[in-house]
Amino acid sequence: MYEGMLAERVTIRGMHDDLVDAYMARPLGPGPFPGVVVIHHMPGWDEWTREVVRKFAQHGYAAISPHLYSRLGEGSPDDLAAKARAQGGVADDQVVADVAGASAFLRTQPYSSGKIGVIGFCSGGRHTYLTACTLTDIDAAVDCWGGQVVVDDPAQLSEKRPVAPIDLTASLCCPLLGIFGNEDHNPTVDQVNRTEAALQQHGKTYEFYRYDGAGHGFFAVDRPAYRPEQATAGWGNVFDFYGRYLAPESAQN
Amino acid sequence: MCSYITEQVKVVGSAKGAAGWMTIDTATIYFDHPYHAPLDHSLNIDFVNAADGAPVRVAVELSAESARELVAKILAALDQGALAHAAD
Repeated sequence: MYEGMLAERVTIRGMHDDLVDAYMARPLGPGPFPGVVVIHHMPGWDEWTREVVRKFAQHGYAAISPHLYSRLGEGSPDDLAAKARAQGGVADDQVVADVAGASAFLRTQPYSSGKIGVIGFCSGGRHTYLTACTLTDIDAAVDCWGGQVVVDDPAQLSEKRPVAPIDLTASLCCPLLGIFGNEDHNPTVDQVNRTEAALQQHGKTYEFYRYDGAGHGFFAVDRPAYRPEQATAGWGNVFDFYGRYLAPESAQN
Repeated sequence: MCSYITEQVKVVGSAKGAAGWMTIDTATIYFDHPYHAPLDHSLNIDFVNAADGAPVRVAVELSAESARELVAKILAALDQGALAHAAD
């Protein structure tokens, strides 16, 4: 069987109809392919993020990652990440709107199945939770060790991040998969417990996988935190989850 | 973790990057995931000229241990230099 993939940099419309860079990859062929929006972590639109986009394409998804710092001008992704950090990061509402733009971009493609998943890592995991609780047309969300979904110190809230995502749980629009390391400090096991309690309280469909022997960011193959067994199992959780909820016949939750 | 905690300090001096020497006026300091160093977390410093808004920076990503050693050595060099130049 022939296998091929197209990976390219594209431009989408984000918040306020702004032009936003994005990296996307999809299998060659007519589709229909479900879509996945990949939200990068705070250090930026890096090589690993692009690898994740291509990984989804290899598994039959049309995937896209909007460059959340692309409004900051020309420059390499790491330099723009440094610029974003110096400005205190980007505002939550801008991230959610850019993800909505990426989702809309995927849905308008002729090969789209119409189903859209969102996944994010670290701060992108928090953004995923936030997005799935703010938008109403996401079909499945995957939060990988998103910190500060639970905010214990009110000083962590700011003009750019005014609300703790857990407080929006009642509005979660789709099934949620959470992947966590039990040795992580952000989120802690207790914070994950409280997130799970909120999901139960509101009767949401969710699956949490909590891995022993793993801390934060254990999918990252180029970091000491990498845990091959747990990461392999975790990726299995992701594709199993999306396989069920983004398949053409799966019902909206 | 992805931390939003960022320290900034105004500095007076110059730094040399890929494009040569430049005047710098700000250092941004944070402890978070590095972009390049093969560490889970690193102490990162970006030296920039914030006044002109250029994306150019001189950046370092250091292990926590080596960053602390660097701080101690900077202070030691300043103290020794102050003594050595006291008679200037």
